[in-house]
Amino acid sequence: MKLKTALLSAVATIALAPMAFAEAHEGERGRDGQLNIIYWQAPSILNPYLSGGTKDIEASSLIIEPLARYDQTGAMVPYLAEEIPTVGNGGVSEDLTTITWKLKEGLLWSDGTPVTSADVVFTAQYCMDPEGGCAQLSKFDGVESVEALDDLTVKVTFGAAQPNPYQPFMGGQSPIIQAAQFAECLGAKAPECTDANFGPIGTGPFVVTDFRTNDVIELVANDNYRDPSKPAFATVTFKGGGDATAAGRAVLETGEFDYAWNLQLAPDVIASMAEAGVGTPVSAFGTLVERLEMNMTDPSPSLEEGVRATAAAPHPFLSDEAVRRALSMAIDRDLLVEVGYGQAGRPTCNLVPGPEIYASTENTGCLVQDIEGANALLDDAGWVDSNGDGIRDKDGVELRILYQTSTNAVRQDFQALIKEWWGEIGVETELRNIDSSVFFGGDPGSPDTFQRFYADVEMYANNFDGTDPQAYLGQYTCDKAPKPESQWQGENINRFCDPAYDALVAELGATADQAERSRIAIALNDMLTKDTMTIVPLVDRGRVSAHANSLAGVVLNTWDSELWNAADWYRVGDNR
Amino acid sequence: MTDAPLSAVEKPRNQWWDVWAQFRTHKGAVAGLCFLIFITLFVTVGPILWDVDPGKLNIRNKNVRPIYMGLFGSDVKVAWANPMGTDNLGRDIMANIMAGGRVSLAVGWTAMILAVFLGTLIGVFAGYFKRLDGLLMRFTDLVLALPLLPLLLVMMLLFRDPLRATFGPENGIFILIVTGIGITSWMQTARIVRGDVMALKEREFVLAARSIGTPARRMITRHLLPNVMSPIMVSATLGLATAIITESALSFLGLGFPSDFPTWGKILFDSVDRMTAFPERVIWPGLAISLTVLAVNYIGDGLRDALDPRIRGQ
Repeated sequence: MKLKTALLSAVATIALAPMAFAEAHEGERGRDGQLNIIYWQAPSILNPYLSGGTKDIEASSLIIEPLARYDQTGAMVPYLAEEIPTVGNGGVSEDLTTITWKLKEGLLWSDGTPVTSADVVFTAQYCMDPEGGCAQLSKFDGVESVEALDDLTVKVTFGAAQPNPYQPFMGGQSPIIQAAQFAECLGAKAPECTDANFGPIGTGPFVVTDFRTNDVIELVANDNYRDPSKPAFATVTFKGGGDATAAGRAVLETGEFDYAWNLQLAPDVIASMAEAGVGTPVSAFGTLVERLEMNMTDPSPSLEEGVRATAAAPHPFLSDEAVRRALSMAIDRDLLVEVGYGQAGRPTCNLVPGPEIYASTENTGCLVQDIEGANALLDDAGWVDSNGDGIRDKDGVELRILYQTSTNAVRQDFQALIKEWWGEIGVETELRNIDSSVFFGGDPGSPDTFQRFYADVEMYANNFDGTDPQAYLGQYTCDKAPKPESQWQGENINRFCDPAYDALVAELGATADQAERSRIAIALNDMLTKDTMTIVPLVDRGRVSAHANSLAGVVLNTWDSELWNAADWYRVGDNR
Repeated sequence: MTDAPLSAVEKPRNQWWDVWAQFRTHKGAVAGLCFLIFITLFVTVGPILWDVDPGKLNIRNKNVRPIYMGLFGSDVKVAWANPMGTDNLGRDIMANIMAGGRVSLAVGWTAMILAVFLGTLIGVFAGYFKRLDGLLMRFTDLVLALPLLPLLLVMMLLFRDPLRATFGPENGIFILIVTGIGITSWMQTARIVRGDVMALKEREFVLAARSIGTPARRMITRHLLPNVMSPIMVSATLGLATAIITESALSFLGLGFPSDFPTWGKILFDSVDRMTAFPERVIWPGLAISLTVLAVNYIGDGLRDALDPRIRGQ
């Protein structure tokens, strides 16, 4: 037996040797030294279950991993799992109510203890705890139980047939956390476990050595990473904060950093930076949509806390559909694309712009600006300027809008343009911009987060990972509205609430047929956009990031965390 | 005989004429004063003459270069309607610099006046009344230790909504920023004034005044304040410069005023992205900030010389 193993491995070595030489970047772990990553939004926490912010999810994807991820084409790739369970290989039951994941053998946490199915079960328990405001709860929609069949096998049982069972433990938003580390952090105690939230023990290529909130993360290669030749980098400095311009310059012009995320800059600015020849901008279209969110609840500061911006107080004028529709009609989306994104954007009226099978192709009504139509619509709905101050009003309510977004040059340009158009239809707009680390930080104590939504309209971009919009559309059910009782966590930012919508989401969850799924998803998209104008999409944004020319292996992925394959990154050229 | 010396005595000159005569000899200070008057007129009278709405967008007319760029090549997009050019959304830059300067200068002056008032008040009390000294000076040390930016962030969080509701968005933030800068920059003045008051208190003329029973209120206003005027004036000019810079820094960081409300710092902030392609958008507001601050510093320097009787007349 021993001889046989030895012989086999000898054969394997000979067979693999040429491959190793062909891929010159293979070698021992940590051979390429230091990697510098810059995210202009600084991570505030490394636990995706407590933050909806992309920056937090992406930063934590270096450390903790899900069972499987999506690659750049949207296909599923096993990470901690042995293979992707399907009906064909028996991993998914015929009636679509269970999915059985099998972990790879010999996986270790970065502290050297083995990864077992108990950790996966714990992760589900952690997020589904009724007292905790888990930011990724929608990933666990419909999950009835998660049980360990043996040390390496986990069975997820859904309450009903789940046509897309690849929701829990899939993608950067739902990684596996270590049961031993988070055991004391369940429910309401979750935000109190600072050490665990700031330095989770993971299975990913890197381990946190120093975490400074909203500033810098220092990481080193994980000694227990499953592939002994990876990662190529021994240490990583993950710098957060600043702005997109500085990040772009640091990678494209000065070469201080190797990777910059989401360069939301005017197209001419990126092009002129790239001329320096130090780095390369990379782009890809995904599901990222810059949109206006209409607040269905009253954010007025005169209301007491607990009532303000909750379902108890409907919005004085945005709850009127005519107003929302008129606001959308006044916007010239082509001009927004021209000013802000150039080739990296296209106008859209859809919340779900892709993949193609889910895109609502009929929904194009908003693409043409129609100021006169908007004015007529408001006149018909009774919103007229009765007191001569240039602002429309009705029953003593004036159309004055507080319009907030994060601090970013393109967003401020958009704000200025949209304010002008809204002025033309007799709506007064007050602009506010908030530092992006605060705006997307999810801190329940701050009144300036996008979840709290203490404004009438706000603008930001959001997307979903994976290729299935079920979880994304499922964010707009009544129960997912951020409210004081849930520590202002939740994804239904608008506090949109329609029983018909909830029913349709439930129907989507019970439908397996692809054509039928597409039809329902499109209907849901239309309900939120063209039917009710709760969400007013503006631009479908391609993502532009940049990497140094000396950094290879970067595959920009719009379907998962951008750092999904950071373990495969390596150094080329003389800059080793 | 007795009449002769009397006629030889000149008519007494007002001391402010001496101050002005001394001030005029300081070339930098005179230049600074001229510039300050010019920039103040530029931002106050300017908008009346140059009647363009700084917030007016004209997207078809974006990225116009300043008129002097026409000298370097005929293919450059210039227009007499926008002598300093337009930004990437077609807003007139000259109108923006005028509107922005108004806010920046208003913040600077108001915050300075508040800081000098507070500083003088606390300094005089601490220097004159022994019992208050320890308490007030420890309080000064305490405030000195407060960092301005985090403090303003917290103030923003706590008071923005109530102030916005009472005074409207722009005025609310104005009050917030002015108060923030004012209450974090009076400490130097307070320390200087206290030191001077303590030294003055031991002088013979103060002793004499006290011996005839002058009350504390009159002692301070009649004998002490006029004598500490010179350091107060100097720290006032320095305070104005600091306040303008702090406001610019806040706007530059994207805190402070709403994005459609121009200030010099905000114009700078918006222009940094396209700094290499359109350097003038950074240079003009940057120059306005630097020159104003420099001018005010020179005026302070000149005032110090002019107000000090030992230097004056030499």
